[in-house]
Amino acid sequence: MQEIMKQAKLKAEELLTKGVVNRVIGWTEGDFSYDCSPATFTLDNLDKFVYTEFCGANLSKYLIEESKKEGKILVFLKPCDTYSFNQLIQEHRIKRENIYVVGIECRGKVDIDKLRAFGIDGVLGCKTEGDKLICDTIYGEKTVDKVDVMLEKCLSCKGKKHVVYDELIGEEVVEEPKDRFGMVAQLEAMTEDERYKFWQNELSKCIRCNACRNVCPACSCVHCVFDNPDSNIASKANTDRFEEKLYHIIRAWHVAGRCTDCGECSRVCPQGIPLHLINRKFIKDMNEFYGEYQAGEDTETKAPLNSYTFGDREPHEFDTKEGK
Amino acid sequence: MKKIGVFVCWCGSNIAATVDVKAVVEACKKEPNVVFAEDYQYICSEIGQNKMADAIRDYKLDGVVICSCSPRMHEATFRKTAEKAGLNPYMIEVANIREQCSWIHKDIEEGTEKAIVLARTAIAKVLLNAPLQAGESKVTKRALVIGGGIAGIQSALDIADAGFEVDIVEKKPSIGGKMSQLDKTFPTLDCSACILTPKMVDVSAHEKINIFAYSEVEAVSGFVGNFTAKIRQKARYVDTAKCTGCRACMEKCPSKKSLNEFNAGLDTRPAIYIPFAQAVPNKATIDPNACIKLKTGKCGICSKVCTAGAIDYEQKDQIIEREYGAIVVATGYNIINLDKFNELGYSDCKDVITSLEFERLTNAAGPTKGHLICPSDGREPKKIVFVQCVGSRGLRPCDKQYCSKICCMYTAKHAMLLREKHPETEVYVFYIDVRTPGKNYDEFYRRAVEQYGVHYIKGQVGKVIEKDGHLEVQASDLLADEQLHIDADLVVLAAAIEADDTARKIGTMLTASMDTNDFFTEAHAKLKPVESPTAGIFLSGMCQGPKDIPDTVAQAGAAAVKVIGLLSKDTLKCNACVASPNENMCNGCSLCATVCPYGAITYVDKEFRIPGGVQVRRVSQVNEAICQGCGACTVACMSGAMDLKGFTNKEIMAEVESICK
Amino acid sequence: MQVENKTFKPTIVAFCCNWCSYAGADLAGSARLSYPAEVKIIRIPCSCRLNPMFILKAFQRGADGVILCGCHPGDCHYTTGNYYARRRMTTLFSMLNYLGIEKERTRVEWVSAAEGAKFSAVMNDFVATITALGENKKLEDLRCKK
Repeated sequence: MQEIMKQAKLKAEELLTKGVVNRVIGWTEGDFSYDCSPATFTLDNLDKFVYTEFCGANLSKYLIEESKKEGKILVFLKPCDTYSFNQLIQEHRIKRENIYVVGIECRGKVDIDKLRAFGIDGVLGCKTEGDKLICDTIYGEKTVDKVDVMLEKCLSCKGKKHVVYDELIGEEVVEEPKDRFGMVAQLEAMTEDERYKFWQNELSKCIRCNACRNVCPACSCVHCVFDNPDSNIASKANTDRFEEKLYHIIRAWHVAGRCTDCGECSRVCPQGIPLHLINRKFIKDMNEFYGEYQAGEDTETKAPLNSYTFGDREPHEFDTKEGK
Repeated sequence: MKKIGVFVCWCGSNIAATVDVKAVVEACKKEPNVVFAEDYQYICSEIGQNKMADAIRDYKLDGVVICSCSPRMHEATFRKTAEKAGLNPYMIEVANIREQCSWIHKDIEEGTEKAIVLARTAIAKVLLNAPLQAGESKVTKRALVIGGGIAGIQSALDIADAGFEVDIVEKKPSIGGKMSQLDKTFPTLDCSACILTPKMVDVSAHEKINIFAYSEVEAVSGFVGNFTAKIRQKARYVDTAKCTGCRACMEKCPSKKSLNEFNAGLDTRPAIYIPFAQAVPNKATIDPNACIKLKTGKCGICSKVCTAGAIDYEQKDQIIEREYGAIVVATGYNIINLDKFNELGYSDCKDVITSLEFERLTNAAGPTKGHLICPSDGREPKKIVFVQCVGSRGLRPCDKQYCSKICCMYTAKHAMLLREKHPETEVYVFYIDVRTPGKNYDEFYRRAVEQYGVHYIKGQVGKVIEKDGHLEVQASDLLADEQLHIDADLVVLAAAIEADDTARKIGTMLTASMDTNDFFTEAHAKLKPVESPTAGIFLSGMCQGPKDIPDTVAQAGAAAVKVIGLLSKDTLKCNACVASPNENMCNGCSLCATVCPYGAITYVDKEFRIPGGVQVRRVSQVNEAICQGCGACTVACMSGAMDLKGFTNKEIMAEVESICK
Repeated sequence: MQVENKTFKPTIVAFCCNWCSYAGADLAGSARLSYPAEVKIIRIPCSCRLNPMFILKAFQRGADGVILCGCHPGDCHYTTGNYYARRRMTTLFSMLNYLGIEKERTRVEWVSAAEGAKFSAVMNDFVATITALGENKKLEDLRCKK
């Protein structure tokens, strides 16, 4: 990872110096090493650029505003981020000609909360060695199985191939895509009442902080319906049992067929709600009902909800266990 | 504060019997914003309408709710009255308390309760209604006819006779189409050329008609009343302004081996040619695939013999852009390729021919001057077998499932003409059914059987093989229940017809819908048979489905009438309930456009003020002249920027909330 | 206490497309084919106008069942509207069920302008189903249900 970061930094420096780009979107560390957040760089602050095990954030969304500005911008995209990028291109939200895409190698990112749950505190830095994650902490070096501490979204990785880039840094590891729908299938196998209890429990944790919306590359409306009193569904507080359900159903509906399953919603949820399970239900259904479709795989194919065939299944023909 | 008036109709006893109209009035009076509520026996009556108009004026109403029969019945009436009284017609809402309440509920308490809910819901909606104005768009007073066969010719003549300019675009060097290749026409047996060519002359002489022959439509944009078409006029390598049609070049052209399309490939023509004697325009065309000069640079004989100096080897395709108010599609048909019908021997045996080839072989202007011979050796056929439904009404992949409609009649015609001219020949017709609906059609067919002694055999031909210079036709006679072997000299196949191969391309250009067979779909199978669902596009002739000449001409005239009706308007009134985007909320993501069935949505880059400057954003725009108001886009839109006038999100939400109160 | 003793009368919202199903409902009326008064119809131009937000709003405000009626596939006045509606409702209803909401509470029926009898039969059946299912406790909005 050190090596990849060095290459990325050099690439950024080279393109900035040559004037190919005038800004860079990348990641920077906060007060703590695990506290990585997106940032824009020029030559003046490029020393703050990092690419570590904690750079899980998907940078594509920031291009909506950034690509409208003067000059070209360099963006680093991990394989899963490139899907969001393509989706935004398809929806004319970002200007491709103003962007230089550097695809960057990724072998799965780490969830600091999972590390803490293993009793690893005071993390100064981490590196991957094979299946292990070696953590440098103020209490000395600690080793864990990486798979135990990876972000949820990395555990169900779509694969390590970049679907779009101008240049690549590092390797594209060939990897079998992991099963993303196991948990959805488990929920489907429950009774209606069990599912209701599960979701009632999960969704009632929602504090309507809007983090899921704000981080989601697909949730990038110029003006969100939930901020628009004219929509009749705008509401900020959790004043009743349904409010948060309404919010999450509509949010999932609005990204249905457009969600690339980048997993950012679940990553940023401060309440740990498995929001990806809602989005993945839509993805799984659409795959089963209308054929495999991966949003962002290309920039042309129509999403399932915006197309049709004459013999589509009827609305009552979905199979879940009866909840009686 | 908006002032709302409510009328509750008794509809005699239709409503009043199961709904306590007085109670509904009282309940409505209690609703906020309602300043007036009254019941009356028949609101749709003149007195009722006057009451309504008076109330609108006296109470200065901003909206009116009428609790009455279905809006499908009288909404238009109420809107007209409102407009006359000075209220925008879209400030009217109808609560359906007859069909959807009094007529289906027997209990007066239940009925009244529901009627009150429906009234409240309508009040909730009308409070949010906005006055709507139907937009207008100008009409370009010129029509485009795509295809210059009899369908296109008839439509063009009718439209032009009404005083409107018409352009005909024909891909071949001459107009005339399939009808110009036919010999005689059923059921009257008059000569096809004799009735068609005068019409072709009329077209060329008509001051309102422009012929773009040897041209194709490349692109069409716009909408009803305002189409723009790009027409590619292919290079003829002949200056049509100078060419006199003297045909000297045709005689001298050394490249004479090209198959003559006009004679269905039965003979050859020179590289420079005029397809047939009565061609319109009567101008030569050089076939670039056959011309020695164009291929090798050497020759140039035609240029030397042309006294008019019309030959121009440097000529290029030209693109012409023209505007139109209406478009008539008359792309016609072709007969199917018979390569896949090996069992009938078309590809292998020279003496197995199609009906169209038969037409040319019997035509006095055809390759044999009308002398019927076997193409293989030139002998006169003594026994001729006609096979019906070749590729029609079948279920195999190479078959068409539909009936080609014209074959029964033209085969009867062929058989009859044969027997008349050559009484010594034996004529057999194998058929599945003989279909002869139409004026004087069945009489015609019976004449062939009874008067002319044509052998009609119900059954299909299984195989045709060449044997000792003859054709052995193996078939079954279903009525006699026996297998037949006939030694024939000539076999004529009634090949199925199919939409012209350019139809799909043109349909896509026009966003006009087509069926799986590439025939254009009509807007309504019964009530709008000559209109395409796409406004401003009309259908003429075979492009819409198999039909004979009388039907084609009738449809061509009908399409022309629709075009004349459209072009005689100076402006078109649009639907008022159309989609309308709020550009401040629009993402420019194109999702709305992907679901729009009419292509009514386009995008522009627009400047917006943002804190500290200006930002350019892509935003959607709806062409109100095209939008039909289905609302598909409003749901595809995530931000809620796209809304539907007259059925806005807020209005429907208000209805939902009112019902669920 | 009085309220609780009353027999349960569900609130049903029926969205009907203007060209087929609303006309079908009118036909049911003119043929006097009755169905329960709990059914209240909202007229929309086409089934594709139905925004899932309307359905969720209805449930939030206390509806016990929501039904969408449109032209039969292939017969849409706007050619393609009901095809989109079909996909949208299929996925939405599947999602609602995934969240634990009884699938019987939502329904789509294709009713042509000639099918007054079908409209009436569908509504009778739907109301019976919802009545048997009972009040919509899972999705109601506590603030608004008295």
